[in-house]
Amino acid sequence: MLLPRQTRLALFLLSNLFFIPIAFSLVEEQEQFTEELLLKPLPDRKVLSHFHFQSRAPPTASYGHHHRLFPKAIYHLVHKYRIREMELSFTQGRWNYERWGGFDPISSNNAKPPGVELWAVFDVPEHLVDAYWKNLTHTLSGLFCASINFLESSTTYAAPEWGFRPFTGSLRYGSLPREAVCTENLTPWLKLLPCRDKAGLSALLERPSIYKGFYHSQQLHLTSAEFKSAELDSGIILEQTLTVVLQPGTKRTGLAYFQPSWSISSIFGKQITGKCVLAKSSSVFLQIESDAVSELKNLWKENGMSVKSNEMSKNLWSNPYFELSIAPDRVREASSFNSDSSSIFYEFFIQKYSRSESFDLGLTWKSPFVWSCPKAPLHATRFLMGSGNERGSVAITLRTTELNWRLMDADISEETCKLRVDIFQMVPWYVKVYYHTLLVFVDEKPQALIDVVERMHVSPSEDKVSPGLMELALKLPCRLNSAALTIEFSKGFLHIDEYPPDANQGFDIPSAVISFPSFKTRLHFPNDDSVSYLPLLSKLQASTFVCMQERSPVLSYTEVLLVPLTTPDFSMPYNVITITCTVFALYFGSLLNVLRRRVGEEERILKKKAANKKTNRISILLSKFFAKLRGRPWEPPESPVSSLSSPKLLLKVIVVAAVAAGWQYYSSK
Amino acid sequence: TMSDPEILNKKNKKLDFWIWGIASIIFRIILIYFPKNLNLSSRPEVSTPLTNLRRLAEGYWLKQSSISPYAGSMYHGSPLLLSMLGPLTVKKIEGQPNNLLCSLIFVNADFVAALLIRATGHYLQTAYDRSLELLGISTPLGRSEALPSGEIAALVYLWNPLTIVTCLGSSTAPIENLVVILTLCGACAGLAPLAAFGWVMATHFSLYPVILIIPVVLLLGFGPDAPPRKLFIQKKFGKVGMDLSSDKSLKHKEVTTLRVSPMHFSWVNIFHFLFWACLWSIYVLLLCGISLKDYGGLSEMFRRTYGFILCVEDLSPNIGVLWYFFAEVFEFFRGFFLIVFHVNILFMILPLAIRLNHRPCFLAFVYVAISSMLKSYPSVGDAALYLGLLGLFVNELAGKLDILTNAGDMHFSFFLFCGYVGVFLLSPVMHNLWIWRGTGNANFYFATAITYACFQIILVVESVSAMLNHDRFLRKLSTTTTTTAGIS
Repeated sequence: MLLPRQTRLALFLLSNLFFIPIAFSLVEEQEQFTEELLLKPLPDRKVLSHFHFQSRAPPTASYGHHHRLFPKAIYHLVHKYRIREMELSFTQGRWNYERWGGFDPISSNNAKPPGVELWAVFDVPEHLVDAYWKNLTHTLSGLFCASINFLESSTTYAAPEWGFRPFTGSLRYGSLPREAVCTENLTPWLKLLPCRDKAGLSALLERPSIYKGFYHSQQLHLTSAEFKSAELDSGIILEQTLTVVLQPGTKRTGLAYFQPSWSISSIFGKQITGKCVLAKSSSVFLQIESDAVSELKNLWKENGMSVKSNEMSKNLWSNPYFELSIAPDRVREASSFNSDSSSIFYEFFIQKYSRSESFDLGLTWKSPFVWSCPKAPLHATRFLMGSGNERGSVAITLRTTELNWRLMDADISEETCKLRVDIFQMVPWYVKVYYHTLLVFVDEKPQALIDVVERMHVSPSEDKVSPGLMELALKLPCRLNSAALTIEFSKGFLHIDEYPPDANQGFDIPSAVISFPSFKTRLHFPNDDSVSYLPLLSKLQASTFVCMQERSPVLSYTEVLLVPLTTPDFSMPYNVITITCTVFALYFGSLLNVLRRRVGEEERILKKKAANKKTNRISILLSKFFAKLRGRPWEPPESPVSSLSSPKLLLKVIVVAAVAAGWQYYSSK
Repeated sequence: TMSDPEILNKKNKKLDFWIWGIASIIFRIILIYFPKNLNLSSRPEVSTPLTNLRRLAEGYWLKQSSISPYAGSMYHGSPLLLSMLGPLTVKKIEGQPNNLLCSLIFVNADFVAALLIRATGHYLQTAYDRSLELLGISTPLGRSEALPSGEIAALVYLWNPLTIVTCLGSSTAPIENLVVILTLCGACAGLAPLAAFGWVMATHFSLYPVILIIPVVLLLGFGPDAPPRKLFIQKKFGKVGMDLSSDKSLKHKEVTTLRVSPMHFSWVNIFHFLFWACLWSIYVLLLCGISLKDYGGLSEMFRRTYGFILCVEDLSPNIGVLWYFFAEVFEFFRGFFLIVFHVNILFMILPLAIRLNHRPCFLAFVYVAISSMLKSYPSVGDAALYLGLLGLFVNELAGKLDILTNAGDMHFSFFLFCGYVGVFLLSPVMHNLWIWRGTGNANFYFATAITYACFQIILVVESVSAMLNHDRFLRKLSTTTTTTAGIS
């Protein structure tokens, strides 16, 4: 509509007049959306790209129900199910803890078990939690086009007490290891972003290139302080992360130990054409890990260059070993607690770029370079032992990695040093675990449980009702080489309806969670206040900004186990029913027959029958046979009185045959 | 008066029994020392979800960690067994087999059960001799030729491979069998408190012995097995009719024998039994209530033990037929068939009780056999029990008394023997093929279970039929003697 300029001006002034007071009060509380991308070369010639989108809604009490940026669906979800915290992840592939790192915040927070994992903390009384969980699973399955609703059944989720998350409360945890993750799950996830995948960093998410990756994990993390029990009134925070491990296209660099050079366009097939206009900030980070940095420093030292760390990080973007195609806008150093050197973050601001001048960061390696990732103190693997479909045992082994013990925050005095390991394991009910058979071995020597287990919580599985849950806090000596934990189980037998369509494939035991509470994963950005405005980095730093994440222990997931279960014959129900019922009828009939039999009567009948029979050889043989069967001396039948019965029988047979023929004739007509 | 060689013979026989009995104990102990108990404890034929000692250990562990022992669908037995055997499962002696203490208890239970069977046999035999004497039936061969059924039954129980396997297989079945035998022995001896104790414990352990109340009441009321009651009446009236002259001289004898003869139903014993049964069950419930005070109490116990038995919740394979049936049957019909199968046991109780009321001990054997055939989690331990009891009736069933006509001879006994051997050889093979090798199919194993059920049916039907034939023979014998007596 066209209004005269004066009118428009007047309206504008008027509206300002009305809204200014409100605007002033809301100056701190605005909906916010930030988008960030972290790229990190991995030691095994792959690239980790970690997208981090964060939407924030101010508290409803001061802001109201209407949102411009924050997705309405999520807002309703939080309010309807009174969610205090929730995390949903869709993952494909397995995070390689040995090569891609197990100590950094990304591996602890974003390396997830395959399939779907969901956990949620509700702000409702304890007796309502299950009902809320069930409704939540249904809503989420509708929202994300996934079969999350399978988590509704009480056999699939559990209520961990302390083994999974440090705080207790109305927490529910469930996972579906076999859920296939595909674009149909990504599209609804993208829809929650204000720019979807049309602009900004999310435009990079070209489906073929993402799903080509070695590991793909799409997450949604919700933190809300909407309800009474929250101390901090920070509203709802929705973090959407997508972690992808990709292999850069192998341009022949000649030598195998050359790291592959890559650029954003080579790994994603697209370039960044500016930020999402609704985003408050939009930046791309490139992280060079601390080990790589110290390696670089050593190489510089060897080559006789200056090793002033400050100098180095400033100039590091172009050095004899690698080169960035674009000069970073800012370089940050982050020290982590487990390493003396610090990792480097190159920051690139995306608002400078546009469709005409697109952002295509490239990393070119100029000389061979090898480093390794920070690893978790113990590397955990889990496997099945035993053969056959009757019983077996689960074993979890913990092996020391090359983590330097001097880096532990607790100083080590030889004897008293204890390494605490928390194990959280949930097993479905058809894997019937004998908890009394738990054995712990340290350095291959069996240990008394009292010496090793600090705390244990077991909630045994109940057939067709609930899964088994085991939470263990082990305290192991620091200088151990390996620890192992075995527990025996017997396999359950299911009703034919309870088997999935591909019953012979086996059943999955969800991943166990191994955490090391005495180690913290957070990075630390010394004297760098601007970090708190960047959600990704502040998450890595785990500051008070993310209220619930104050303790973020090193955490890793074990493998999903595949347990083959015996199958009955699926085609047999009718046969089994009829055969069993026949046997029962046999029992009932014959016993009743024996009980009501009168001997005299029977003998008379037998004689009569024998008398009526024709005395040919077969019938004599038959009667002899039956007499033998009955255990009576055979008596030769008396000579037939009359042979009247046989024409009668013949007549009967003929009549029946005629009727049958007639029936056949007329029915076929 | 017995001649000297006869006494010597008897002594020898007694000695033989003890030698063989102790040999069986030694044999068991030797087998216990085999590594891992020969893996018998994990055999589905030996240990069921109800009797598995490993599950008991798990229940004990849970209880020690202050969780309900019934949490986790592992343990389904009695809380008393848990507190009795639980501590023994944990105790390990260096250099000795794992469950040595429990195994020793089971060996003991077997031996005591065998002694009780022997005692029952003695009671039965003396009572039977007396009643035959009363009827004036003289067997063609004389009683000294009759087999010592108690000793035979006890040795059959001890040396039955099924009993040995059950004893070694770390299942609680030996104790369950012991209390069932205790019930029968107590009832045969006319000890109401003992019979009541056995009955209450047996019912508490495995529910099915609850139907034994009928034979026990008959045993306590009428006394041990005897020929049909009609014969006594006939005899009595026959005598009264015939021997009018010697009436006075006989009167005194009649009065004295009438008290012990099966004609008289002693209500006092029954009230005694019921009183003690109430007392014992209150005591047992009280103990269970105390031990499960913090874990849901008695209702939880009934739900997890009797409920588990009646609802056939565990579908793991065993030698019965119900597991496969309920694994395959449509969920919709499950309730219906549960009722049908359990009612099948109950349906037969009354007809059998009517027809065999003069032979309560044999009736108890038939009940035990039927329930072990139709129970939800059968094991070979149940078969061991009823095969042992079968030995008690060897004189009647083997046609020893009526050797001339052979009427009472049990049919198919060789066939049945071969069948049992065949089934117990084939069943592990089929199980192995299906579960361990994955080459077989559940149907193979189910086929052996069906065959086993058929053999059990034949056994029950034939033994009942043989016993009834034996009664007919006695009737014939008795009528001939009365008529001859009348004529003379």
